[in-house]
Amino acid sequence: MENFTPVASLLGGMLIGIAALVLLAFNGHIAGVTGVARGVLTPKQNDTLWRVVFLLGLVVGPFVFQAVSGETIVSTITSSTLTLVIGGLLVGFGTSMGNGCTSGHGICGLGRVSKRSLAATGAFMATAIVTVYMMRHVLGGAS
Amino acid sequence: MKALASAAVSGILFGVGLALSGMLNPAKVIGFLDFFGNWDPSLAFVMGGGVVVAFVGFSRITRREQPVCEASFNIPQQKDITPNLIIGSGIFGIGWGLVGLCPGPAFSSLSFGRWESMVFFAALIAGMVIYRFTYNISGFKLPRVAEDG
Repeated sequence: MENFTPVASLLGGMLIGIAALVLLAFNGHIAGVTGVARGVLTPKQNDTLWRVVFLLGLVVGPFVFQAVSGETIVSTITSSTLTLVIGGLLVGFGTSMGNGCTSGHGICGLGRVSKRSLAATGAFMATAIVTVYMMRHVLGGAS
Repeated sequence: MKALASAAVSGILFGVGLALSGMLNPAKVIGFLDFFGNWDPSLAFVMGGGVVVAFVGFSRITRREQPVCEASFNIPQQKDITPNLIIGSGIFGIGWGLVGLCPGPAFSSLSFGRWESMVFFAALIAGMVIYRFTYNISGFKLPRVAEDG
């Protein structure tokens, strides 16, 4: 529990919720990163630019955080290149097939009390927990 | 113009929230998913905080006639819990557990300029394209309603 950060995580989560409400109130869209990104890959007229701007905002956000807080963001990745490739493929394929990810189903979907999103969140949490269990405690930290 | 400004504000707030929350640290994400090990429950607070804010705001906002910058809301209408939904989400969870990055953090992590982030990001986009391709050739058509997220 030495890394327990409930306050920062709660505030960060609330900011993500506020971000989602801004996009809903002004643009009328659900702030699911999968859905927003997928719309860029299958462009429709007058429906691409806001998506690109939102996604660029995601990249700018960490710089803003560092500028405001003066903190350096810790990001430790221990995966091998092969795991990064396999993991990325599974995340891209799975979120497309399941119509959403942690933001679209997990935050926006649960926030609007969608049964589909509850089922999806249960499914991805379950397989993620089993995967980490296998990697850490069965295969012995292989990554 | 206003629509682009609000999309930018939303994206940046989202990115700041991810950075503050710890979601950009795959080691921390895996610590959260390590339910049967040295479990770090912090990231449950991210989902908790986000869901509560979204829940409080969602019905108030969608009660309005239309969003500020557009003619109508684009809210998912699909209600059925389909095999695609569950299997796809399950596949996503395996990838998330392997590396500790989901799509939002995959984008925000590009800000670090590290090769690991870029490799993962490229593979994620490739996975989306592969799905799109198999979907097209399989002829398996889902109703084209708004995506869940």
